[in-house]
Amino acid sequence: MATGTATLDVVPVTEARASWGDALRAVRVVWKRELIRWSRNRTRILTTLVQPVLFLFVLGSGLASLLPRQGGGLDFRTFMFPGVLAMVVLFTSIFSAVSIVWDREFGFMREMMVAPVPRSALVIGKCLGGATVATIQGTILLSLAGLVHVPYNPLLIVTLLAEMALTAFTLTSFGVFAASRMQQVESFQVVMQLFVFPMFFLSGAVFPLTDLPRWLDVLTKIDPLTYAVDAIRRAILSHVALGPGSSNLAHPLTWGHWALPTGFELGIVAVVGLALIGGAIAQFSRAE
Amino acid sequence: MIASRIDEALPSLEADGGARPAIEARDLRKRFGDFEAVRGVTFDVMPGETFGFLGPNGAGKSTTISMLCTLLKPSGGTALVAGHDVVAARAEVRRRIGLVFQDTTLDDYLTAAENLSFHAELYGVPKHLARQRLQQVLEMVGLWDRRDSITRTFSGGMKRRLEIARGLLHSPRVLFLDEPTVGLDPQTRLHIWTYINELKRREQITMFLTTHYMEEAEYCDRLAIMDNGVIVVTGTPEELKAGIGKDRVELRTDDDELARRRLKEVFGIEAAGGDGVVFQVEHGEEFIPRLFASLGVGIRSVSVARPTLDDVFMEHTGRTIRDAESSGSGIRNNPFVRAQAGRR
Ligand SMILES: Nc1ncnc2c1ncn2[C@@H]1O[C@H](COP(=O)(O)OP(=O)(O)OP(=O)(O)O)[C@@H](O)[C@H]1O
Ligand SMILES: [Mg+2]
Repeated sequence: MATGTATLDVVPVTEARASWGDALRAVRVVWKRELIRWSRNRTRILTTLVQPVLFLFVLGSGLASLLPRQGGGLDFRTFMFPGVLAMVVLFTSIFSAVSIVWDREFGFMREMMVAPVPRSALVIGKCLGGATVATIQGTILLSLAGLVHVPYNPLLIVTLLAEMALTAFTLTSFGVFAASRMQQVESFQVVMQLFVFPMFFLSGAVFPLTDLPRWLDVLTKIDPLTYAVDAIRRAILSHVALGPGSSNLAHPLTWGHWALPTGFELGIVAVVGLALIGGAIAQFSRAE
Repeated sequence: MIASRIDEALPSLEADGGARPAIEARDLRKRFGDFEAVRGVTFDVMPGETFGFLGPNGAGKSTTISMLCTLLKPSGGTALVAGHDVVAARAEVRRRIGLVFQDTTLDDYLTAAENLSFHAELYGVPKHLARQRLQQVLEMVGLWDRRDSITRTFSGGMKRRLEIARGLLHSPRVLFLDEPTVGLDPQTRLHIWTYINELKRREQITMFLTTHYMEEAEYCDRLAIMDNGVIVVTGTPEELKAGIGKDRVELRTDDDELARRRLKEVFGIEAAGGDGVVFQVEHGEEFIPRLFASLGVGIRSVSVARPTLDDVFMEHTGRTIRDAESSGSGIRNNPFVRAQAGRR
């Protein structure tokens, strides 16, 4: 036992004033915790990557054999690549966000809730942390680009990183917002079944969104992930040589006859993200 | 004995620049739906004092702590902690308190040192002080050597000690300890109390703790006994015991049920139920011969003891704390308190 060591002086650190510094520090420390936890969990890093790889090479190759491939046409796996990037970002983001429910279950949440920092800082730190982790995972998958004929072009990579980061931020905010209303770990399953999987399948990640039945078309346009996937796909396709037979896969997303500009699509994703993080902050500040 | 305790408390009062209580609670209440968990508690805790809440499961101890540390909003009454209102000046209160919750609140994926650094940053401890302070508190709880171990690998007692270290890291004025030893083996409990007593000696800190272990309540300078959401009595452990003036008699008989009935008929004494026959009586030793003469039930063994805090509890609530525990039924649907159910 460590009795008899130097006496503990009373350090008057607790009198510091509330400030922006406090809030920024809280954002940073919550963000850092998220990264540490991610780096400690190897199985999680692997499992969230295995599924997209299976989708890309097993499902992707299988579906590719259904399509008539004309000379110089777009490889179906190239078409799916943006979808699986979105997929890894989606599942990593949600997984990070939902750890809030675990934090609550195992008490760590209270350690944060009683700290003398604004709750909004905790939420922002969490969202940025989850977004960072998801972007890193997306980047790992991005390293496979060459296998599906996507060139390692610096400009393309920077664009994709930025787009993935924005998508990750919005999706983490969605997850945090959902988690802020969840009391039980079991509710996580419900959110996955009810929102996350539909969001993924409706996003155009695995099939082109052209010539869909009306009802399905409407649903895909409601899904915010659709706009993220399309923006990523536009970036990739602009660096891939398109042959004549690929037009069906390469169609841009439209509202009626208006082909949405990429900037507009990213704007939608950003607005949705900000609305969700705002909602999450309101939830957490209210809780008492 | 009582006088000397008051003397001990005095220097810290002066050092704090006046006799302003560290905690002032006035008619504090908390209602959950139509159930009132805390029904108007009023007490003061002086700076430097170790004040304990003693009470059975569901008495409202944790709820009271949650209100004092700003996690729950009182539904009535007021409370000042370190001079600040727990509703109006939440941030001010939070800055000045340390907390050790009833259930663990460590991050299992982080190391001991990482858990503490996280805390230091959240509380704005300057970097250069934080490192030195981190070593101090970890050495104090004997975990400095384990600072780089992931806390998932810690035993219950180590986790508890780490949480106490964390609660102290930012040098709070008031440290709240909610059942600091619950679920631990007796030896570890003793260790934790060694640290807490050590702390009292070394740091100028006010401690508010809850427990339902009678032996531990004895360590407090002052106690409030809580039952069903109200404080039934407050005082130093000595005062409380002296106030009883009765001895505790425990009988083993051939027929406890009959013995209890006879006690009531012959001597007018109400005995508590449960294991054996337990009651309080003045001048216990002199009472025993009369008991043998008139009880009319075979007595297997008798023990007479000076009053304990358990007797104090019984005197004021009509139950032993163990009875109160076993009959206590709590709905724990609060996300904040839910995890504690598993610990018991
Ligand atoms: N959020 C809540 N909603 C409803 N009831 C609650 C809530 N929190 C606590 N209670 C109830 O309030 C009462 C007091 O609970 P509290 O946790 O304060 O008791 P305690 O004295 O700390 O008991 P223990 O020794 O078991 O920790 C219990 O009956 C409990 O079920
Ligand atoms: Mg409790």
